[in-house]
Amino acid sequence: MSRKSAKRFSDEDMLKSGATVPTVRLCAEPFDAAREEALLLQGRTDIGALACFTGLCRDEAGTLTALELEHYPGMAESEIAAIAADALARWPLQGLTVLHRYGLIRPGEKIVLVAAAARHRAEAFAAAEFLMDYLKTRAPFWKKEHRADGSEGGWVEAKASDDQAAARWKE
Amino acid sequence: MKAVYFASVRERIGLTEEEIDPPAGVATVAELIAWLSARGEGYAAAFANAATIRAAIDRNHARPDSPIVAAREIAFFPPMTGG
Repeated sequence: MSRKSAKRFSDEDMLKSGATVPTVRLCAEPFDAAREEALLLQGRTDIGALACFTGLCRDEAGTLTALELEHYPGMAESEIAAIAADALARWPLQGLTVLHRYGLIRPGEKIVLVAAAARHRAEAFAAAEFLMDYLKTRAPFWKKEHRADGSEGGWVEAKASDDQAAARWKE
Repeated sequence: MKAVYFASVRERIGLTEEEIDPPAGVATVAELIAWLSARGEGYAAAFANAATIRAAIDRNHARPDSPIVAAREIAFFPPMTGG
């Protein structure tokens, strides 16, 4: 058997084993959520459900001009990858994409995208919600507000409700 | 070891990172926070609410009682607000 056919055999084996490789990316620039969804579904006829969550920067009634997203390079990627691997271990997902912006983000721009594909909706919905709850409390990102009136914006405070939301997946 | 600081902790200390050499008696994350707090006003302000400050050892989440003996990089930061 040539090297090439041996490799091909192992790729087919991977497909049969159903191993889903998640796409995880940090982005300094705006991303195209529709394109990411299309990439996830491209050439696939086995997916029956796709749950996509997009988190956006809002202007807080015109008082906010931007959010500055600080992150811990290296750990942000590895922590999101670990959360994605945890989701894949909990639900039989057929595809998973997680994108997160960093840097200066303007109102209306997307901050985060979670797209979870599965055979049925229950696991797609659950996985997307789990990923967001864990990202909020475990991924090393911090938001600072830039105010429209030029005053010093503060760091966004973490919410106890986010910890409670993440805790419900512990059972 | 290298200490790295993020968000409000970084701003209060006034550094993104520094080399630190804590004495042998400083064995855990909580003890390191106490030792750093005594280094100056900025440090004291950064760690004033020590219970809310999170730490990571070599880019893995750590707890107050986590040992620091083998750490190459320790990060300190407030609760995360991504997503």
